[in-house]
Amino acid sequence: MKQFDVIVIGGGHAGAEAAAASCRVGAKTGLITLRRSGIGVMSCNPAIGGLGKGHLVREIDALDGIMGRVADEAGIQFRLLNRRKGPAVQGPRAQADRALYRAGIQRLLSEEEQLSIIIGEVSDFLIETGRVCGVVLADGSEIKCKAVVLTAGTFLNGVIHIGPEQKSGGRMGDAPSNRLGARLMDLGLARGRLKTGTPPRLDGRSINWDAVGRQPGDDEPVLFSFLNKSPKVQQIDCGITHTNEKTHDIVRKNLETSSMYGGHIEGVGPRYCPSLEDKVVRFADKASHQVFLEPEGLNDNTVYPNGISSSLPENVQNDYVHSIVGLEEAVILQPAYAIEYDYFDPRGLSPSLENRNFPGLYFAGQVNGTTGYEEAAAQGLVAGLCAARASLDTEPVIFHRSDSYIGVMLDDLLSRGVTEPYRMFTSRAEYRLHLRADNADQRLTPMGIELGCVRSERRIAFDSKMDAIETGRAKVESFSFTSQQLAVNGVRVSGDGVRRSGLDVLGSMNLDENTLVHLIPVLRDIDPAISRQITYDAIYSRYLGRQSIQIAQLKREESTLLAEDLNYDSLSGLSNELKSKLKLHRPPTLAHAARIEGMTPSALALILALVRKQGVVRAAS
Amino acid sequence: MSETVFALATARGKAGVAVVRISGPLALWAVSGFGVNGLEPRRASLRKLRVADELIDEAIVVYFPKGQSFTGDDVVELQLHGSHATIAAVLRSLGNMEKIHPAEAGAFTRRALENGVLDLTQVEGLADLIDAETEAQRRQAQRVLSGAIGKRAAEWRQDLIRAAALIEATIDFADEEVPQDVTPEVGEIIDRLLTAFRGEIEGSKVSERIREGFEVAIIGPPNVGKSSLLNALAGREAAITSAVAGTTRDVIEVRMDIGGLPVTLLDTAGLRETEDEVERIGVARALARADAADLRILVLDPGMSPGGYPLRDGDIVARSKADLSKQSDGFSSATGYGLDRLLSAIQAVLSERAHGGGVLVRERHRQALTGAMISLESANALLYGEGASVELAAADLRATLHQMQILVGMVGVESLLDEIFSSFCIGK
Repeated sequence: MKQFDVIVIGGGHAGAEAAAASCRVGAKTGLITLRRSGIGVMSCNPAIGGLGKGHLVREIDALDGIMGRVADEAGIQFRLLNRRKGPAVQGPRAQADRALYRAGIQRLLSEEEQLSIIIGEVSDFLIETGRVCGVVLADGSEIKCKAVVLTAGTFLNGVIHIGPEQKSGGRMGDAPSNRLGARLMDLGLARGRLKTGTPPRLDGRSINWDAVGRQPGDDEPVLFSFLNKSPKVQQIDCGITHTNEKTHDIVRKNLETSSMYGGHIEGVGPRYCPSLEDKVVRFADKASHQVFLEPEGLNDNTVYPNGISSSLPENVQNDYVHSIVGLEEAVILQPAYAIEYDYFDPRGLSPSLENRNFPGLYFAGQVNGTTGYEEAAAQGLVAGLCAARASLDTEPVIFHRSDSYIGVMLDDLLSRGVTEPYRMFTSRAEYRLHLRADNADQRLTPMGIELGCVRSERRIAFDSKMDAIETGRAKVESFSFTSQQLAVNGVRVSGDGVRRSGLDVLGSMNLDENTLVHLIPVLRDIDPAISRQITYDAIYSRYLGRQSIQIAQLKREESTLLAEDLNYDSLSGLSNELKSKLKLHRPPTLAHAARIEGMTPSALALILALVRKQGVVRAAS
Repeated sequence: MSETVFALATARGKAGVAVVRISGPLALWAVSGFGVNGLEPRRASLRKLRVADELIDEAIVVYFPKGQSFTGDDVVELQLHGSHATIAAVLRSLGNMEKIHPAEAGAFTRRALENGVLDLTQVEGLADLIDAETEAQRRQAQRVLSGAIGKRAAEWRQDLIRAAALIEATIDFADEEVPQDVTPEVGEIIDRLLTAFRGEIEGSKVSERIREGFEVAIIGPPNVGKSSLLNALAGREAAITSAVAGTTRDVIEVRMDIGGLPVTLLDTAGLRETEDEVERIGVARALARADAADLRILVLDPGMSPGGYPLRDGDIVARSKADLSKQSDGFSSATGYGLDRLLSAIQAVLSERAHGGGVLVRERHRQALTGAMISLESANALLYGEGASVELAAADLRATLHQMQILVGMVGVESLLDEIFSSFCIGK
């Protein structure tokens, strides 16, 4: 019988990142997937990154993950979103060539010596004394391991809807994993149903490109990986067109044939990615919506019309597509569809994404109720790292809200669960000024080095970058100005007699290049990328002080562990509603309890008192 | 590692003794900043508190070591002389120390719970687990929550969430269709809230006056009988009087009750140009205190012009020496003539000001709202001022919401997102 340290089920974005992470920390890893060609497929839109999501990709990259590097080599259009706003809210985004992306993921995985790829369908788990210790394939063969990472995406009891028609499937053209879905249901895990949709895919040759607007990439592309400087392949434009009243009329007239509005779907869809039906119904006063025409690749004529996902029947899709300027003659290569799938309540997971009832079984990606490649990959990374470290008998990795978007996501999922597919936004991060895409390496690469998941190429690059930053920062800081000196140079400061260092000046935003170089001539000798980083750090350093008190408080709450068997019923001062929520979700720490809906300061203190009474459990902080 | 925090543990205001409590691993370090070292556990000792060689107070200092204190952490208590100035000086010095922080409401109790000093029965016995120290604050918060301020704060919070959501939408959905220009609506909300906050804070000053007393300054040229008036009103010889102009040099305070309102009467040096250095300082002091006072009574000899004195609306001009001038609307400290009328006039002005007291009756509430106002003003400047920065403004709006949280409860980011999604059609 085959034997691995870690088995990863699924080869999507979570699975690929989990397998790669597991290998990086030295675990013998097996990746089981239905089809080899399905590894690294982008099944929805052909883009990576964005606001919040781009931050996640940078964090994955900082821990030497694969998503950022592959997105860079497959990127055919790079745009830094929010370029005109401050660096804390800028997010890198790229259109990716689907074929190149998939090939890139497959190539990087094939380079992992510790990794075996196994083609098959998992139908059951091996469980010994409550611990998951292997999997059973559909052909009956068994594979033993120390930890399993489940990344089944939308394949668990997946149902595809096109208008009133429906068929089971995990992705267009792929069978669902119903046996595994049924098995997981047998295990009694709390599950829910979500849905997501895609737009029809168009043949780019049938689009009248002259009639639509153009959206070019940035002149100076910003890449994902800290290791890359410039795009590898040819860059392209995207198109922009709009829906109109005629489009909306067609949708309105056919609403009852939509699977969503016709009542065929029980799952909840994401509010931030509304279907065309949703847009027309919920925002009836809006006469037009943007549609981005995104080419799926350099050698692919398929175009992804971002903004018109739908679950209307095929003939209606034809009509509404043709009502849009530039798409009058457009040929639909693949109709739009909605997919409904199972997810498992992430509140049943530990911070390492291990199921609390079935040790050894880790969950990552859409099975946890998230949406998006980046969210999936980030969870894959966490689950892969933790599963591998557990299999090697080392401590799990803990991410915090105060150190990463990864930490924010894990904490949101574990403490609040999901009510719609969970997507990352920068507004979810209360420490947004600190958790920036530009400093993801400073925040996480040292941790990655300590965990052993960062390889030498990156470690060397990181060390030399940090040296350059330190040296540059010291040089800049050695400059010192009186308010008068600054005023003469047009810098507005209060005349409080306090001297400002070069760093203060650099961080005081809105100074043009010439003034800065005039005041701090040494900037001319510092590499522009390094001086930009020093500037970004300086801009926000003033604002971070007041957040550090809050962070310290949060850390203290996070270090107060709440035992699994805490007897909440014994708390006479707690409302029944809170009691039942606490019993249901079993928050792992006081910080998690604090984020349960309806929690009050008094109730928290009661819980704390109970913890003391039932025996102090405190993590090292 | 827990933080070291400090707070005044006794009620605010003048008292024989005031206790400042410092709790946490740096408690001993903090008092060494006053030159107090070598404290024996659980023994009261009389120590001199110094800052930069200046003696602030002689205080009874008690050190409760970790595990034997109210909070369970190292605690040092400073039993000070209970004057405003002493307390303020000590709190200011502590506030200037980098590694320690003012305690938030309930921080000591919370520490006590965390350290297992209080057990569940004690906690349950209090029905809602906050001990005597913060019980008042809790009850206060709840009373406020159920009353007018709670409703108002809920409205403010809703407005803030709306403003924050509009701003967040422009940040998080930059690439998508945030249709309207959100600037005018956000600006309108911020203006409205700032006006409301300012009004409440203004009102809270009145509440504080009602609790701590109004200041009424007696001012005027030398030798018109200001000190005599003070003594006559106080019913005792609080100030030295003589026929020599410029007898009063320093500010003399007398606490008294005027129509149920607590009042501190201030007798001040006569206002005149002078070569005498001590008197000149006295004049400067008189002007400063008069400026800060709630009401000024300008005392003049009959026939003198009130022009040129720093009076404000509502201030009172009183003519002295009515026993000599026989002026019917004057007063005489010697005979007591007209003093009742003067007292009624003072009472009338102060009573009117005691109206319009805010619902924010406690310092903690006022601090929260003042914090909210400062953050909101900063957000306003960052949105509409020079060098606009939307992410820093957003951070300030969050800080404003955080202050609201301190006032009324919690707000999650989910409410921001709810607001965004219900307002805009976002999503490609």
